[in-house]
Amino acid sequence: MTLTGATRQARTPATAPAVHLDGVGRRYGAGDAGVNALADITLDVAPGEFVCLVGASGCGKTTLLNLVAGLDRPTVGTVDAGGGPAAMLFQEAALFPWLTVAANVELPLRLRGVGATERRTVADDLLDRVRLGGLGGKRPHELSGGMRQRAALARALAQDAGLLLMDEPFGALDAITRDLLHDELEQLWEERGFTVLFVTHNVREAARLGDRIVLLTSRPGRVAATYPVPLGRPRRIDSPEIADLAATVTDRLRSEVRRHAR
Amino acid sequence: MLDETVSPTFTPEPASDPDVDGSGPAPAPRLDAELAGLDALESHAITRGPWTRRAWRVTWPKLIALGLILVAWEIAVWTHWKPFILQTPRAVAVQLWDLLGTSSFWSEAWNTAQRAAVGYAIAVVIGTVVGTAVARVPVLRAGIGSLITGMQTMPSVLWFPLAYMVFGDTSSAIVLMMVLGAAPAVANGVIAGVDQVPPLLVRAGRILGARGWALQRRVVLPAAFPTVLGGLKQAWAFAWHALMAGEFLIQVGGQIGLGGRTDNALTQGYYAVVVALMIVIIVIGIVVDMGFSRLDLAVRRRYGLLDASRG
Repeated sequence: MTLTGATRQARTPATAPAVHLDGVGRRYGAGDAGVNALADITLDVAPGEFVCLVGASGCGKTTLLNLVAGLDRPTVGTVDAGGGPAAMLFQEAALFPWLTVAANVELPLRLRGVGATERRTVADDLLDRVRLGGLGGKRPHELSGGMRQRAALARALAQDAGLLLMDEPFGALDAITRDLLHDELEQLWEERGFTVLFVTHNVREAARLGDRIVLLTSRPGRVAATYPVPLGRPRRIDSPEIADLAATVTDRLRSEVRRHAR
Repeated sequence: MLDETVSPTFTPEPASDPDVDGSGPAPAPRLDAELAGLDALESHAITRGPWTRRAWRVTWPKLIALGLILVAWEIAVWTHWKPFILQTPRAVAVQLWDLLGTSSFWSEAWNTAQRAAVGYAIAVVIGTVVGTAVARVPVLRAGIGSLITGMQTMPSVLWFPLAYMVFGDTSSAIVLMMVLGAAPAVANGVIAGVDQVPPLLVRAGRILGARGWALQRRVVLPAAFPTVLGGLKQAWAFAWHALMAGEFLIQVGGQIGLGGRTDNALTQGYYAVVVALMIVIIVIGIVVDMGFSRLDLAVRRRYGLLDASRG
């Protein structure tokens, strides 16, 4: 059921994995009333790799990201995310409404004790990079959903973490915006070489973005299958290759879902 | 299926017609233009009318209400319901004008303002500390959470016996009444505010590297602030009640305030002065409340908590 490193991409150097999960389980509650959110997850993500986690409801995606981010501890098994901090993007931008967009981007720098001048320079550069240059003085609520998510991306990049965790970040956006943000994310990822662990329930999105798709079962979440994505970049979400791969993954996902029918 | 000749992975942008290329992932310059176009489509500037019109829209109903009150008052006097005691609006207006011209009135108002500032400030500090502690420590919440709510329902006048026993005829007694009356409202506002902080923002703050006190200062307290502000506003009302009651009941030698002056005017039978002072006290209450409302509106606008029509 588990695959470790067997599907490494050619671009991956032979170094220690950026994320290493070994026999990880997470149980909530005690005794018979307890629920296994995750069970026996073994997964390596190579530095610079883009891994998409796909699963139906109840596959413990958010639990898994919390474990990798260090916000939660596994009940069994070991989680090693390289010891460094991880950045995370959520379905909602989660920008702080009392701060301007620029101050939001500056916040992780401020928390690291970076001086005001350098903070401003870095934040301006990042906002330019996500094409929000000149909008740093706005409040989050003055931006559209796509712009907010780009601002959140800039804030995550300001953490300068080697690992970016993404929890259905584009799930609430319309298709056009989502397409453009796929391009944007891919460009940033190629430019900066960070590692991405991307959770989604959109199989095509996973095939569009990932080096590898990891399919999780539900209740408890386990690794059901791993699919390498042997396609060049940049990709189009509506290309036939992506459609073919998505069909394969979707068939497997549906068979997993059927197991839960009574 | 798609045309076999179209590369599914990447189609170079045709130089001849950049607007109709329509295929393939966007190279950086085109992505620039597409995102900019989308941003422009989704942004809508909200323009607000000139401030004079906005001010007039909230002023005229007040003027009409004031006019109706004056008419009702005139009718009450005219019916001779309480002759000699119930004065005409004109007589009270004359007294009010005279009052505003005396230096003793302004020194009394100054005494009241000082007590108001000191009592309210102490209440805010104590309420914030207690509220933060109760919101964060479950044992404290179980222990004194309902006590705080209970204290809030206590009429401020009933703190007088306690304050009088502790401090006697002093400003301190009045300030103690204010603190006992107002601090629970501040604490309850802080507790409610912290309880209502969206968990996602806390999660985001922790991911960004805010832990412990930094998380409280940078995320939890700012996120709680709009609700805390409601508590501060309510606390002001309680503090003002307690201050007026305290000054009315406790005569601090040589340092009477507006409440004490009202008591003096009443015992000396200057009924028009009593009513004039009541008007002063009500107007102060209204002005401070308007200040809080403006602040509340500004905070809500800043946090994006207003609907677009008021944004």
